[in-house]
Amino acid sequence: MQTVTKIVFFIILTFGVELFLSGHNNPGGGFIGGLVLSSAFVLLYLVYDIETVHRGTPFDFKRVAALGVLLAVGTGMLSLVFGESFLSQTTWLVDLPVFGETELGTMTIFEAGVALTVLGVVVTIILGISEDVE
Amino acid sequence: MITVLLAIFIPFIAACLVPFIHKYLTGRRIGWFVITIPLFLFIILLRLVPSLADGASYLHTFPWIPSAGVYFSTHLDGLSMIFVLLITGIGSLVVLYSIYYLSEREAIGRFYTYLLLFMGSMLGVVLADNLIVLYVFWELTSISSFLLIAFWYHRKQSRYGAKKSMLITVTGGIFMLAGFLMLYAMTGTFSLQELIAMRDVIAVDSLFVPAMVLVLIGAFTKSAQFPFHIWLPDAMEAPTPVSAYLHSATMVKAGIYLVARFTPVFAGHMTWFYLVACVGLLTMLWGSVNAVKQTDLKALLAFSTVSQLGLIMSLLGVGSLAFASSESTQIALFTAATFAALFHMVNHSTFKGALFMVVGILDHELGTRNIKRLGGLATIMPITFTIALIGSFSMAGLPPFNGFLSKELFFEAMLSLQSSNAVSMDSVVLLFPIVAWIGSIFTFIYCMIIVFQTFFGKVPPPFPGQRPAKEAPIQMLISPIVLGSLVVLIFFFPNMLGTYILGPAMNAVYPQFEGMQGLVPEIHVWHGWGMPIFMTLGVIVSGVLLYRFLRYWKGVYRLGFLQWTLDRFYNASLQRIERLASTITKSYMTGSVRDYVAYIMIFFIALIGIGLFGFQQFIFDFSNDAPIEINEGIIIFVMMCSSVAILFAKSRITAIILNGVLGYSIAILFVVFRAPDLALTQIIVETVTTVLFLLCFYYLPEWKAEHKSVSMRVRNAIIAGISGAVVTVVALLVQGHSMHPTISIYYETASRIAGGLNVVNTILGDFRAFDTMLEVLVLFIAGLGVYSLVKLRRKRGVDHTEKK
Repeated sequence: MQTVTKIVFFIILTFGVELFLSGHNNPGGGFIGGLVLSSAFVLLYLVYDIETVHRGTPFDFKRVAALGVLLAVGTGMLSLVFGESFLSQTTWLVDLPVFGETELGTMTIFEAGVALTVLGVVVTIILGISEDVE
Repeated sequence: MITVLLAIFIPFIAACLVPFIHKYLTGRRIGWFVITIPLFLFIILLRLVPSLADGASYLHTFPWIPSAGVYFSTHLDGLSMIFVLLITGIGSLVVLYSIYYLSEREAIGRFYTYLLLFMGSMLGVVLADNLIVLYVFWELTSISSFLLIAFWYHRKQSRYGAKKSMLITVTGGIFMLAGFLMLYAMTGTFSLQELIAMRDVIAVDSLFVPAMVLVLIGAFTKSAQFPFHIWLPDAMEAPTPVSAYLHSATMVKAGIYLVARFTPVFAGHMTWFYLVACVGLLTMLWGSVNAVKQTDLKALLAFSTVSQLGLIMSLLGVGSLAFASSESTQIALFTAATFAALFHMVNHSTFKGALFMVVGILDHELGTRNIKRLGGLATIMPITFTIALIGSFSMAGLPPFNGFLSKELFFEAMLSLQSSNAVSMDSVVLLFPIVAWIGSIFTFIYCMIIVFQTFFGKVPPPFPGQRPAKEAPIQMLISPIVLGSLVVLIFFFPNMLGTYILGPAMNAVYPQFEGMQGLVPEIHVWHGWGMPIFMTLGVIVSGVLLYRFLRYWKGVYRLGFLQWTLDRFYNASLQRIERLASTITKSYMTGSVRDYVAYIMIFFIALIGIGLFGFQQFIFDFSNDAPIEINEGIIIFVMMCSSVAILFAKSRITAIILNGVLGYSIAILFVVFRAPDLALTQIIVETVTTVLFLLCFYYLPEWKAEHKSVSMRVRNAIIAGISGAVVTVVALLVQGHSMHPTISIYYETASRIAGGLNVVNTILGDFRAFDTMLEVLVLFIAGLGVYSLVKLRRKRGVDHTEKK
């Protein structure tokens, strides 16, 4: 089970990122991407004990969520700096090594914020409750 | 010109940076970073003074919420300039002073963050042209004041004072907001400059008086006018630099600013005159009478601030009469009152700032500010003594200090009422100079108390915790020395201030008299043996006499006094409100999830049901519907079976699995209807929810057969039935009606407009990005809420076991 998880974890992670990036033109997006990512972590926690995972992922998920919110609100604010109205988005095409030609825009950053928030919050809640169990 | 906008935002940005920079500039050195900000702003804004004196003003507008008429517009004119210079100038001095006032052990970083937050908000208040922007910054000053008063939050009195000031000023702010909305209803604009231009339209509106009263309540609460002044003495729990800055030099003057700013909108109406002038004078008298009986030097200064604010307010009231007069001599007479108000406001900031810093030094060096424990310090602390002398004598209205000049102008303005046509019929007005005179006598007395009881007389016996008296370090003395020298300098060169700083402000208060002869009067140190000088002499003579025999008549204060009843009234009503609120809350917060679900459902039924009832057109249109396929039918059937089965489940795990069946069936349904995004989301949500359920199993009580009463079951069944019916009806109705023009045109062109082919995502990320952003925020807050609830519960659990 642990061996399988080691591989599956990364598959799910990649899938989550793929979902998140492809969201613009294909099914996917920030919310789903975040959920998939968090389900990967939940799987890790199910298989290993909390301490092991903590050693592997040395970041606080509350901070991840906060960073996500900051990104989401920040992109909105950023458009103000450029004299556009709040939350207006722009896009441009970028070649990414793995995913091929991808449209990257401020919307991607916005979606990344959404994804990170979802990831952070879900893991925080689940961890909070499960730590309580022990 | 971007300067004005920068001036507002630089303090905010700096406030965000303080915690990071504090890591490198440890201890009190962070203060040297903070001081650069007000100093820099002071210098760049000072450079604009000459152009303002030439009649320029700077108006900038950025769209914020244009659909609601809210623009982030700033307006820098003469009136704003006075305040801007006070905020940044006194701000620099206060920061300098605080560097040595606070000890290294305090949370210095937090202190400066709040202080910069306040500075930015206050600049926002005086520079905003849009009323909504003004309101936002207005409340921000209340909040930062709250944070600063509660800086030593471990003290009960600090928390009490902070809460009191917050409740009173924020409530006043909400009244003010209502007034602003009324103004918007009358004119359709939030812009101050446009409001001033539409003065005639507003004057004839039936909402004129209500709007005026509401705006004034906002101003009176902020400027601690009677009977809202009770928060200011309690606000003295803040560290002394804060008291010097917020609660005497700047924030409490926001109300003065508001009244001055709205003078061209509301003035001319007699209600405005009577409200502003009478409340101001009453506050002045009340504050000065109460100040005399204080034994804590800071409380004394607090009441004296209340009194001085009242004085300025009453002058603005008299100044408003210029709008009601027609003869030019009369106009000049009353505009002089406003001029005196602005002049005294600047003077007050200088001498009161210096006095607060002196009290801070005493507190810092000796460990007490109780005048009974102070005495004979004149020889030990000569510099502090000199500053206190300058400050107090200026406040008392003695030459050669700036307070003398503005006090003379004050008397002159009060006397000018008698020769006015507009109000000469009214005998109340004749009382004004008398009240002003009595108030000044008490002012004189408490000024003498500050000087003589602190610095002269015998050195009182030592008290526990006393530190040996010595002169303060020079770093702490610089700021009060600067302010003290300003007090003297302004006395000798008042017209420089008058022409360059006060003159442009007068144009802002009286836009229609701009350029009029005598709008900016010359200030003379000596203007002959007139009535004002006799009044001052009278104040000195009776003040000295009353001070000499203070202990004989001090017993008067033991009589029942309104201040305590006002405080008691505040405390009692607060308690009553809290008790009422907790009774109501306890009555419906039963702690049972079942009840909460019932509330949500009932609310939903009420909202939608009533909406449907008003809708009345019940057309069910099935013509466009696609035929129902057999596989869809099967899925629906599975869903129906599982949901009904949940009701009869015997164990919790069965119920959860059945619920899962329901969820996955919906996902399959989404797939059938070719909605991959929804299906994907639904599946993952189901999975994560199941994990959550597994975790929660640990806590949930055993699944028992419910022994609820029949009526309860019937009630629940009815609620469930109706909500189901409502949803069905709504779902069916939606097909049959098109109340709004279709918006799917946007989705067809989504790839062009939003640059994305996935319509769902473009909706989430672009068209309705605002919703998504707020949802993310809500999610985050909810997550934190769950986390902290779980953590708190565990902590309490630990406590319990320890107790056992």
